[in-house]
Amino acid sequence: MSLASVGNSTTASAERRAVSLEFRDVSKQYGRDGAAAVERLSFTVPAGAVCALVGPSGCGKTTSLKMVNRLIEPTGGEILLDGEDIMRRDVTELRRGIGYVIQQVGLFPHLTVAENVAVVPSLEGWPRDRQAARTAELLALVGLDPAAYARRFPSQLSGGERQRVGVARALAADPPLMLMDEPFAAVDPIARERLQDEFLRLQRELAKTILFVTHDIDEAVKMGDLIAVMNQGRLVQFGAPDAILARPASDFVAALVGADRGLKRLSLRTVGDLAPEAIGRQTLDGLPRFAPGTKLRDALSALLAADTRGGVALDGQGGARGLVTVDAIASALNDAPPDHAR
Amino acid sequence: MSTGEPFVRWDWIGDHLGAIADRVGQSLQLAAIAVVLGFVISFALATIAIRRRRLYAPIVVAATVAYTIPSFALFAALVSITGLTTVTAEVPLVLYTLVLLVPNIVAGFDSVPPEVLDAANGMGFSRAQRWRRVELPLAVPLIVAGVRLATVSTIGLVTVSAIIGNSFGGLGYYILDGYHRGFSTEILVGGSLSIVLAVAADVAFVALQRVLTPWARARAAVR
Repeated sequence: MSLASVGNSTTASAERRAVSLEFRDVSKQYGRDGAAAVERLSFTVPAGAVCALVGPSGCGKTTSLKMVNRLIEPTGGEILLDGEDIMRRDVTELRRGIGYVIQQVGLFPHLTVAENVAVVPSLEGWPRDRQAARTAELLALVGLDPAAYARRFPSQLSGGERQRVGVARALAADPPLMLMDEPFAAVDPIARERLQDEFLRLQRELAKTILFVTHDIDEAVKMGDLIAVMNQGRLVQFGAPDAILARPASDFVAALVGADRGLKRLSLRTVGDLAPEAIGRQTLDGLPRFAPGTKLRDALSALLAADTRGGVALDGQGGARGLVTVDAIASALNDAPPDHAR
Repeated sequence: MSTGEPFVRWDWIGDHLGAIADRVGQSLQLAAIAVVLGFVISFALATIAIRRRRLYAPIVVAATVAYTIPSFALFAALVSITGLTTVTAEVPLVLYTLVLLVPNIVAGFDSVPPEVLDAANGMGFSRAQRWRRVELPLAVPLIVAGVRLATVSTIGLVTVSAIIGNSFGGLGYYILDGYHRGFSTEILVGGSLSIVLAVAADVAFVALQRVLTPWARARAAVR
């Protein structure tokens, strides 16, 4: 990669490679014979993947996340970044190379939005003009107009705006790994959905390795390339969202994913993924029409609401591509979901 | 008070402007030394109390007990130990600031939200960086509030140090001298200028607070 192309990239130095993250038999025990908060946790998140760590409160998911940047020190096992044990790294240098986003955001109330975003670059001693350029770039990236927001204080922002600044701050030094602890849990449902969607769009460009803690299985299914289900300090299932929804490994996981897990699987697929049936001689008037990006769950719901067995699958230009039927939607669950359907 | 004497003799004030200015200066100097020393000691005590929570209650109890000693008695008692010196004037003044400063400094650092500390740790601040760039600035509003209280209270107490002798007490000299001589003008000059000084100091600290913490004001200006 030439220097010129780095400079032209919308995300500047975002060319740094993501890292793989591996938990190997990681345990955390408080006190000598206290119960283990985390017990022999092992899983691997490949570079560039989002792993959602999900489970009920007290299951050890936040403890596990905080062991990665050593806010909590493991009592057993090892955590590897690209194969290197994090305990061998200088703790300050390790943390500056990991983005950290938390539910309460934790913006510095006495610093402006721009100063908050530039915290790690300033600790790292970047020149001022480079800090300013990076700050403006990041604010734009998370959907905040730098001219309007840079000089505000956190107390002058809405909850959603604060979390956008929190994400921008975590991305500032372009860390290859991000730790996100319930990042969108404190904002209202509508803002949460927008933040989730925008973050997924961002992640498609940035391709960071992300460990994402949530208690919400729907959020885990939506955000995760992989889901690690935890209960009482242990990993109870690990895999792709569709696999976990299709085959819960235990009653606990089945209860966690919910009785509507079949419908949730439909959320992972779109009308565009179906091979539509050929349109016969019947009239298409009055049938529901679906853009290619429509989730199968929404399409099914629309068909049931319209009390019809079929609807029209549109192509990208709005022309009729074929018919979508309730039966075709049901049988789509026999195939693995495509990657793009989130 | 002798009869026939007016309540305020403006001519006396006019004749003594220079001396009055000197006494204002002395009041401010005695108060400033007390607040600065009191702040240094309080900051050290507060730091110890923050590190070792068990020590917080004993430190505050000790400061409170010191505060209950009547100032008049303490100045008088110290004369027999430290003589007619500035030390005698300053020891009680410093002692009385502790009960106002230590709890405010501790509360200032306690007011830093835990999630802000969590974020700072997670982002790779060293301990010293976190203290200087996050904790101290966020503690400033309550620390300044404590210094403001201590300054106003000390300016009042400085007048009592007049009992040590004529070369002490700042504006308190006029209050005591006026009382001995039955001269109301002097009492009035000493008392009213003390009040003016205290109010001026209070206003100055409010202004300082606003300059130091623009972010706290921004809250009132939320869209």
